[in-house]
Amino acid sequence: MKPHSRFVLSVLAFGYAFLYIPLVFVIVYSFNDSRIATIWGGFSTRWYGELFRNDQVLDAALLSLRIAFTSATIATILGTMAGLVLARFGRFKGRTLFSGMITSPMVMPEVITGLSLLLLFVTLQQLTGWPGQRGFSTITIAHTTFSMAYVAVIVQSRLMSMDESLEEAAMDLGGRPVRVVFDITLPLIAPAMVAGWLLAFTLSLDDLVIASFVSGPGSSTLPMYIFSKVKLGVSPDINALATLLIAAVSLGVLIAWIAMRRMRT
Amino acid sequence: MNSFIRIRGISKHFGDFVAVDNVDLDIAKGELFSILGGSGCGKTTLLRMLAGFEIPTSGTIEIDGVDVTHQAPYDRPVNMMFQSYAVFPHMSAAKNIAYGLQKERLAKKEIERRVDEMLQLVQLGDFRNRKPDQLSGGQRQRVALARALIKRPKVLLLDEPLAALDKKLRERTQFELMNIQDELGVTFVVVTHDQEEAMTLSTRIAVMEKGRFLQIGTPLEIYEYPSSKFVADFIGTINIFEGTVRRIDDDSMVIDCEEAGATLTALGKHDVVVGQKVSIAVRPEKIFVGKNEPDNDDDTKVSGVVHDLGYLGNLSIYRIQLANGKVVLVSSQNRRRSATRFLEWEDQVWISWRPRSAVVLLD
Amino acid sequence: MPGENALNRDQLWRHVAVAVPYLWLLVFFLAPFAIILKISLADPVIAQPPFTPAFDESGKFLASVDSFRFLLTDRLYATTYLRSIFMAGMATLLCLALGFPMAYGIARAPASARSLLLLLIMLPFWISFLLRVYAWMGLMNNYGVVNNLLMWLGLIEHPIQLMYTDFAIFVGLAYSYLPFMILPLYATLERMDLDLVEAAQDLGASRTRAFWDITWPLARPGVIAGCLLVFIPAMGEYVIPYLLGGPESLMIGRVLWDEFFVNRDWPLASAVAIVLLLLLVVPIVLLQRYQARDKEAGI
Repeated sequence: MKPHSRFVLSVLAFGYAFLYIPLVFVIVYSFNDSRIATIWGGFSTRWYGELFRNDQVLDAALLSLRIAFTSATIATILGTMAGLVLARFGRFKGRTLFSGMITSPMVMPEVITGLSLLLLFVTLQQLTGWPGQRGFSTITIAHTTFSMAYVAVIVQSRLMSMDESLEEAAMDLGGRPVRVVFDITLPLIAPAMVAGWLLAFTLSLDDLVIASFVSGPGSSTLPMYIFSKVKLGVSPDINALATLLIAAVSLGVLIAWIAMRRMRT
Repeated sequence: MNSFIRIRGISKHFGDFVAVDNVDLDIAKGELFSILGGSGCGKTTLLRMLAGFEIPTSGTIEIDGVDVTHQAPYDRPVNMMFQSYAVFPHMSAAKNIAYGLQKERLAKKEIERRVDEMLQLVQLGDFRNRKPDQLSGGQRQRVALARALIKRPKVLLLDEPLAALDKKLRERTQFELMNIQDELGVTFVVVTHDQEEAMTLSTRIAVMEKGRFLQIGTPLEIYEYPSSKFVADFIGTINIFEGTVRRIDDDSMVIDCEEAGATLTALGKHDVVVGQKVSIAVRPEKIFVGKNEPDNDDDTKVSGVVHDLGYLGNLSIYRIQLANGKVVLVSSQNRRRSATRFLEWEDQVWISWRPRSAVVLLD
Repeated sequence: MPGENALNRDQLWRHVAVAVPYLWLLVFFLAPFAIILKISLADPVIAQPPFTPAFDESGKFLASVDSFRFLLTDRLYATTYLRSIFMAGMATLLCLALGFPMAYGIARAPASARSLLLLLIMLPFWISFLLRVYAWMGLMNNYGVVNNLLMWLGLIEHPIQLMYTDFAIFVGLAYSYLPFMILPLYATLERMDLDLVEAAQDLGASRTRAFWDITWPLARPGVIAGCLLVFIPAMGEYVIPYLLGGPESLMIGRVLWDEFFVNRDWPLASAVAIVLLLLLVVPIVLLQRYQARDKEAGI
């Protein structure tokens, strides 16, 4: 391997610094005793304490987790089906529309997805009376819709790289198509499904814009709560919250990474 | 012939592309039958129709007197060994082999007994609990073979069975396959692009091109009596001379061949008329080469110079250029051990062959 | 025939597998667009919901293009769309300028380090988008880290205005979308055969020449995919211009949001969305083409 030119090395260093310095400062300032977030007032963990005594934060976090869990699970089921259909079912009537609809939500600007789904829920409510209240169910549906696209793409590309004759062999040996899916296909794409579920879970936890559109009064997700606070400027308890999140994600990713390396060797 | 597999008028179209074009075929019970052809000739499509993965556009397939044309793969008395082997990576060797019997809902005891039996047959007894990624290529192939055979299929389909193995292993596996086939009496249908593989394995071969069979016969028939230029050229190497029929006798004919700068005699009765254009094909090993003019008057004789030569150990290959530029390939056994070459570049030589070595091709 | 029921059952399974996700997408993805289109053709009223029905009592279709006419005649919207294109374009260029050398560096790093370097690119992506934007608020404040540092170094005397400027938006967009640029670039650069560059150098090309003759053209699919992946979401961005930009740094996502939530003009918000979608149709279709091609190549 050729040694890198000085230019490439310095851009790499700058790029990683660019990505991580803001996060480092958020972490540092989360331990700042001062109420004014920009002035250093000594080390303290008081904002973490305040965070855990704040019912609003806890409620919002709980709602977000419930939505993320539910929508990631439904999205994994639907997305796996869609990925299977795209990778294995060959041509069928309406396939072009189907694959277009699968991938479009990924590239659709969030404001458009959010607005369009809200208008759908309002129209449905006028016509059928459902959904009577917007909140958990509407946000879950919205998140499922865009995150199933990611699951479908992950599952599809896993299936594309998988030898199709494995499934044919199972069928040749007497397995009926549904059995073959459970005997062969699902066990082999399980890692892709787990990756898809995790991605869907994260995307749901992360979403502000779509949730803001389709939620009703009284139901705020964690990002909605954070947004309402940071609109007003930097605040120390949000620093603490961000630090916790960074720690949780880094830990999770690190564990996943180590587990994956282990599996490979 | 008493046909065990009876294929009648089978075609398969993919959109405008005709993969298999109105093919008839009969295969007897216990045969080791090869379908030989280049890539895209339709051989794999034909095999997949036998397995049930493709539904024919038209025509019927009967196996042991039962029409299976529209039967699903999992209902057919046919099993397949895939080119990639398709050994399930998440199951041990024994689990892979047991899979087909589990789908038949046999008793656990019975499955265990038959799996053991199979593991013995393919000599994998010590590897039963290994996962596929802990097995070598040859071992994986034997798992695939055992897995397909354990269902006691009426027909075993093999898709390029030896393509993924290295040369040494191929030769051993070839004979193992033949032994197993002999022992179990299952009808084997092999698809391959490798003529050597087809020649050594098979009782009969069908040469396929553009969705049709060009010739069906024993390896010997295909090699010695090819029915067309394509077959002659596809199986081994062959010299082809173009010419015109000058005279037809009782049991032979004489052909004017400008390319060779000579008149050629060919034996046998053919459906030709005087003045018709034909091709004469002669295998390189059927041609004699020497420095002196041979004295046998029945033989076809032409003179030329050694254009190129290659020493291959057991035989030598010569490219002899004739007076009008045509290059003829000749191979001869190196029977004697000698430090000097028998022929050198630019040597003036005579080549000759017996009339019965020449094959007349009409297309 | 005994097998017939089973065969039907197998067919049924296929139909279910197609129908369930298909129906979901028809109802929750396609239908909403029809509704947006319908409402964009209504007039706003003060009611619940705040727009006129599409059909009157006699069943006649009522369509009003007032919202679209307003969009086209009011200069505010035209300039906002143009500004959005400009801002998203600038952010895309920034990402490319920073992302290309980074992707190149990662792709050419020792194999053992590559997966860690890549992981570090993706890690921020898994951390809340909102909180990452928020992190910059603390940095770019008048009394934030950047200004304090510059003043401590003596480079400036008074804090300079960083927050609530276009500059802040560029930084925010580039920061948030950088991974989207790096990942596809990395994928194409990593696949590229290093021998090609060496062959070019062997044939007498300088390092720079070899880069422009070989690396750049071969990396183009990754460049295009990366640019589209940054440009498309950046066009509709709401959070970044809201939190980092000033009141004048309008971008279309924010205008749509305000029309909807603040002015409660649903027809106008819908019309804004439809025009935005029309502007993005070409890049979206282009992106899908590139991704489909990538899939065929077996990635």
